[in-house]
Amino acid sequence: MTGQSRSPAAASAVLLAALAVALLLSLLSGSVPLAAGDVLHALAGQGDPSVVTIVRDLRLPRALLAALVGGALALSGAALQALLQNPLADPFLLGVSGGAACGTLVGSLLGLGAAGLFGRAALPLAAFLGALAAVLLVGVGASVRGRLDRGRLLLSGVVVNALASAVLLFLLSWGDGARTQGFVFWMLGSLAGATGEAVLTLAVYAALGLAALLPLAPAFDALSLGEETAFTLGVPVETVKRNAYLAASLLAAAAVSVSGIIGFVGLLVPHGVRLVVRSHRALLLLSFAGGAVLLVLADTAARSLFAPAEVSVGAVTALLGAPAFLLLMRRRA
Amino acid sequence: MRLSEVSAGYGARDVLRDVTLSLSPGSVVALLGENGAGKTTLLKVLAGLLQARTGSVTLGGRPLEAVPRREAARRIGYLPQGFEPLFPMRALDAVLLGRMPRRARFAAPGPLDVAAARRALEELDAAQHAEADLREMSGGERQRVLLARVLAGEPEAMLLDEPTASLDPRHRLVVLTALRRRAAAGATVLLSTHELEFAAGADRAVLLAGGRVLAEGAVKETLTAPLLSELFGVAARVFPLPDGTPLISLGRPVE
Repeated sequence: MTGQSRSPAAASAVLLAALAVALLLSLLSGSVPLAAGDVLHALAGQGDPSVVTIVRDLRLPRALLAALVGGALALSGAALQALLQNPLADPFLLGVSGGAACGTLVGSLLGLGAAGLFGRAALPLAAFLGALAAVLLVGVGASVRGRLDRGRLLLSGVVVNALASAVLLFLLSWGDGARTQGFVFWMLGSLAGATGEAVLTLAVYAALGLAALLPLAPAFDALSLGEETAFTLGVPVETVKRNAYLAASLLAAAAVSVSGIIGFVGLLVPHGVRLVVRSHRALLLLSFAGGAVLLVLADTAARSLFAPAEVSVGAVTALLGAPAFLLLMRRRA
Repeated sequence: MRLSEVSAGYGARDVLRDVTLSLSPGSVVALLGENGAGKTTLLKVLAGLLQARTGSVTLGGRPLEAVPRREAARRIGYLPQGFEPLFPMRALDAVLLGRMPRRARFAAPGPLDVAAARRALEELDAAQHAEADLREMSGGERQRVLLARVLAGEPEAMLLDEPTASLDPRHRLVVLTALRRRAAAGATVLLSTHELEFAAGADRAVLLAGGRVLAEGAVKETLTAPLLSELFGVAARVFPLPDGTPLISLGRPVE
């Protein structure tokens, strides 16, 4: 990494520009291709009313939701990697996403999420409870004499993930056919349900997550020298780890509650960002931006590749993410 | 810093038994003993990483647990044994972390911090590695950078777990010189080591056997043939050099 330029400011500028381009691209593409000029007019509420509807009511909420979900997942992954000191930590692999999906499904079956803004805000909380249950189970499985054993953590995550999938399948077989199909599509990762309300809800949770994690950035820096060193540098290690785990779970849960299980974003984006930044403050912020760009592009691809049919965006991220991750691993070796 | 009648360990097992020890400012103290004798445990108890089961640990007369963590972090520097970084990290950034307890909680490192970090790297002949990634250095280079992290914090007490484990002879001397300089300026340095010639360059030594203090005192009085033979179970011969430093030669294991 020596000799490589590492300017967080330049990287931020590039990522913000990329986000703007990705969002615009996402508004242009889909089953009805639109011209850039028409899209900009439609955003201002001018021109063909059907185009205005497509842009403002369908594509814009979806693009913004993709950005927020991608940002939340990548931020969650960056925080989990920092607090567990494990480069393979990610909300999906640690069972957080699976638990959140169970929570969301239980919440939906109980009738949450249907009624207005309150229901909207309640669904992420149901997901959060599910995620916490998964975190506790993973913790129990990975604890050795009261301490979290890093080696067992991912193993424990895999087991809890399998359990969550089983619970999801059981819950799904309860519902009627049409509803089940919708849930399955959501579970595989889809942003098709995007609404302005969902965007607002997730924006609030993402802001909460960022506000909780950013102050922990110096502690994360110290943790990268090991927990003992961090403790002797005055970092309240256990408190930091607990708060970071809660914030990371909340972020992932809120994302899952609106978009199902989307893998690889939380794992891959922080790795990419680490190539250009050093401090955790920059890592957290740029991971959020990078995750947003990645998921907006992935969702645009999911909508346009086989339009008017849609691919699950989870399949797109896995298809892009798995090879990219293997490449990164080889570079590191 | 002072330990009195401290017993400590992991799980149900006591590794340290009834250890009483005073560390006075201004000296480099070598901690010697076989594997498992309790050297690391002793350092961890002093650093506050491990609670003593019985007995007390004090810092400047106050019980260590009553000293606020940030103040303790400012006053005590700790270097754990052989750390392998998992994520990319620039050497200078690692050293700057040593200044963390000295600046406001969310403040970025200032010019004073950077100056202290660079000075510490220079003292340990590691200034040329300042921009390098910790993961791409040799073990000895990384060891010096991590030790520079402790020096940069300018603590009153330095607890160093095998700070010279992977260093070549010249850099071992560089480290000893830097630590003696800090001690001369009033710091207390306690370091564990298996290198007797390095220990002979310290002011004092603590000999730890089976979790108990076998001997403690000036190097000339503790690094003696009978004590070293007893400590390591090998035949030891000690020749005083003209300046009084003991020259130690170890022979075959004692039956």
